[in-house]
Amino acid sequence: MQAHQRMLDPTPNGQHSVESPLLRTIGLTKRYGDFLANDCIDIEIRPREIHALLGENGAGKSTLVRAIYGLIQPSAGEIHWQGERIVLSGPSEARSRGIGMVFQHFSLFDNLTVAENVALGLDGKESFKDMSARLEQVSKTYGLPLDPRREVWQLSVGERQRIEIVRALMQDPKFLILDEPTAVLTPQEADQLFIVLDRLKAEGRAILYISHKLEEVKRLCDTATILRGGRKVETCNPRLETAASLARMMVGGEVKEVKGASGRKTTVPRLVVNDLSLAPVEAHGVRLEHISFELKGGEILGIAGVAGNGQDELFAALSGERLAKDPGTVVIEGIAAGHLSITQRRKLGAAFVPEERLGHGTAPRMRLSENALLTGHAASGMVHRGFIDTAATLRTVDRATETFGVRKAKRDPEAASLSGGNLQKFIVGREILRNPAVLVVSQPTWGVDAGAAAVIRQALLDLATAGAAVLVTSQDLDELAEIADRIAVMFHGKLSAPLSAREASREKLGLLMGGSSLQPKEIAHAAGA
Amino acid sequence: MELVEAIILAVLAASTPLLIAATGELVAERSGVLNLGVEGMMIVGAACGFAGAWLTGSILIGALFGIVAGTLMSLVFALMALGLAVNQVATGLALTILGVGLSGLIGAGFVGERITPAVPLAIPGLTNVPLIGRVLFGENGFVYFSIALIVAVWWFLYRTRAGLILRACGDNHVSAHALGYPVLRIRTLAVMFGGACAGLAGAYLPLAYTPFFIPGMTAGRGWIALALVVFSSWRPARLVIGAYLFGAVTILQLHAQGWGVGIPSQFMSALPYLATVIVLVLLSRARTGGSTAPAALGTVFVPDR
Repeated sequence: MQAHQRMLDPTPNGQHSVESPLLRTIGLTKRYGDFLANDCIDIEIRPREIHALLGENGAGKSTLVRAIYGLIQPSAGEIHWQGERIVLSGPSEARSRGIGMVFQHFSLFDNLTVAENVALGLDGKESFKDMSARLEQVSKTYGLPLDPRREVWQLSVGERQRIEIVRALMQDPKFLILDEPTAVLTPQEADQLFIVLDRLKAEGRAILYISHKLEEVKRLCDTATILRGGRKVETCNPRLETAASLARMMVGGEVKEVKGASGRKTTVPRLVVNDLSLAPVEAHGVRLEHISFELKGGEILGIAGVAGNGQDELFAALSGERLAKDPGTVVIEGIAAGHLSITQRRKLGAAFVPEERLGHGTAPRMRLSENALLTGHAASGMVHRGFIDTAATLRTVDRATETFGVRKAKRDPEAASLSGGNLQKFIVGREILRNPAVLVVSQPTWGVDAGAAAVIRQALLDLATAGAAVLVTSQDLDELAEIADRIAVMFHGKLSAPLSAREASREKLGLLMGGSSLQPKEIAHAAGA
Repeated sequence: MELVEAIILAVLAASTPLLIAATGELVAERSGVLNLGVEGMMIVGAACGFAGAWLTGSILIGALFGIVAGTLMSLVFALMALGLAVNQVATGLALTILGVGLSGLIGAGFVGERITPAVPLAIPGLTNVPLIGRVLFGENGFVYFSIALIVAVWWFLYRTRAGLILRACGDNHVSAHALGYPVLRIRTLAVMFGGACAGLAGAYLPLAYTPFFIPGMTAGRGWIALALVVFSSWRPARLVIGAYLFGAVTILQLHAQGWGVGIPSQFMSALPYLATVIVLVLLSRARTGGSTAPAALGTVFVPDR
């Protein structure tokens, strides 16, 4: 079975290094109504190859891998596995043929144990006891430690991903699909993952690697296939390309470079947090402990950290979704605001952009004008004597559309009908048009295509240049490096002392994100100890 | 002594339908489906069960009629809530209303009729042992079956792969689907099992509890069974304790009235629900994380293909 099928697919010039493809799609097409999610995609993956799949959101990467994994049926086209045409009835057939997958949004069960989660990803031919023993062995072999008896909700994001990877490895796959595996990892965790991937490659397995991080792809991958708008644009060797040339292929044009005005002047402190501590509301929540920082006008402070370390809780405390006991813990424009409601804080000149676009940032089934009203009613003159000024709400939509290039089908569609990037441009635009003194924004470009991300980052820089104080929470270190003046790291509900963007190397930030302290004294000081 | 034995027997008799119906609902909810139609499925099971027994003269066939009727009712629910992805709460409530009406129609011709109820077990020598004899060896088949059923369900949920898959569907249907499990098919089967149990629990009432059928004879037992599942925090062992506790409260309420205790009977009737609320509060305080309820409970799932 292991014999390579050179006979079926002779390599043109008899190169020894080129093996016949393990997996091949020919004209793979997936249609949803009128929409072509995948349009005639040809891709070849060989053993001992880490093959990158690049593209913006909506380019069709997920659709393609879901078809290869048997989760969806292609509308047309063929999938060939080891030289033979196959039609997959479902993921379990894919797994039994040796195709494994690690999902971007983990396919784990929070209330089951690690061992049970792994068992569910296998085909149940061995007893639970044998499986547990093998689980321990595989996790040891690849240096991915796991405690099989713990329930998933107790584990960190990195540990959860380990479960996914170990589960995939236990099927001894010949071909492994990884969907944005490093999106949620610290740089150090990502490095450990790369060691595992190199080892898998050396064992003769093939890997299809989806990522947004171009530097990572250049470092790790042998081949890259770029998708745009559901079509294959190019297959190339990423090591011979630059990050900029790869980005060009993904976007189909130049990505505007974000430029900050040099010599921004910082003015008075506009947002000050003094020793803010807050107990968690939810069972899974994080306790905020002694958070202090000062943010001046004209300045952008970045907050880095792995998701779930208290960023959401901090956002809620700053926006007024949760109130602090002591009013002095949050000071906006010199006024103690810890006890004030969201609307009262907005009246002080603050604006907030939460992480979740649909359901938190906007009401999905309401029109954009109504959504503009929801955050602008108190301080933007959209309401007169209790009546809504519809014309004013529509004007806000038009201005946001024009200024930030929001693409939409109608003048005033439902929020849910916009793509992620366009909706995010609208939400950020809606807040910026109110000329806030303080803008608190969480994950401004999460899941947003490169073009829209550049627009949003530029808008944040321009806002700071105009004199506002901007607080950006992001998991994307490159983004923070691009726009922030100072960067602090959130870990287990504590905030590190901010580093200036110049001294905040990836290594330093990575250590802080993993919970190590750089300068014990300074951290202790920041924690108010 | 005789009184104690009589009370225990009465409690067992009152608890059995609760236990059977709640066992079925537990399995459905563990798969992620909230079927509020238990009361409706039970009452149809009662009407059809009585009709079956009256027509054939066999309690066993009557019980089978009840099971089939409950299952058919649950299929209506499955078609709406799973097949057409309609809101589960609304569908369940509608199912109860449908069931109450339907059972009146089916049972109309049987009101006033009598049958010979299920015969209790009698083992010479054992059944006559004082105090425990009749409790352990003198029950009817339904009581023994209900205990075997909950043990089997426990074993299924925690010791078999199929049970693990069912729990996985209830925890996260998106993940279960992504791993290739047929979520809707598994849930349909779980809902059908719940229907079968509810139908049997309903049939128990005219076949073993009282030997005749009257409209509305389930008298809210379906709702108590639903509360019981929550009370048990979706664990089979606690379900048994809860079922007998709730059964005891019903009996206590009758005796309390007889003894002239000055507690309003309405308060006693409300006790099971009150207990459920208190247990939920205590549980959520005691647990530091994770969720006690199946995380996907009551949510609509539409697979994309």
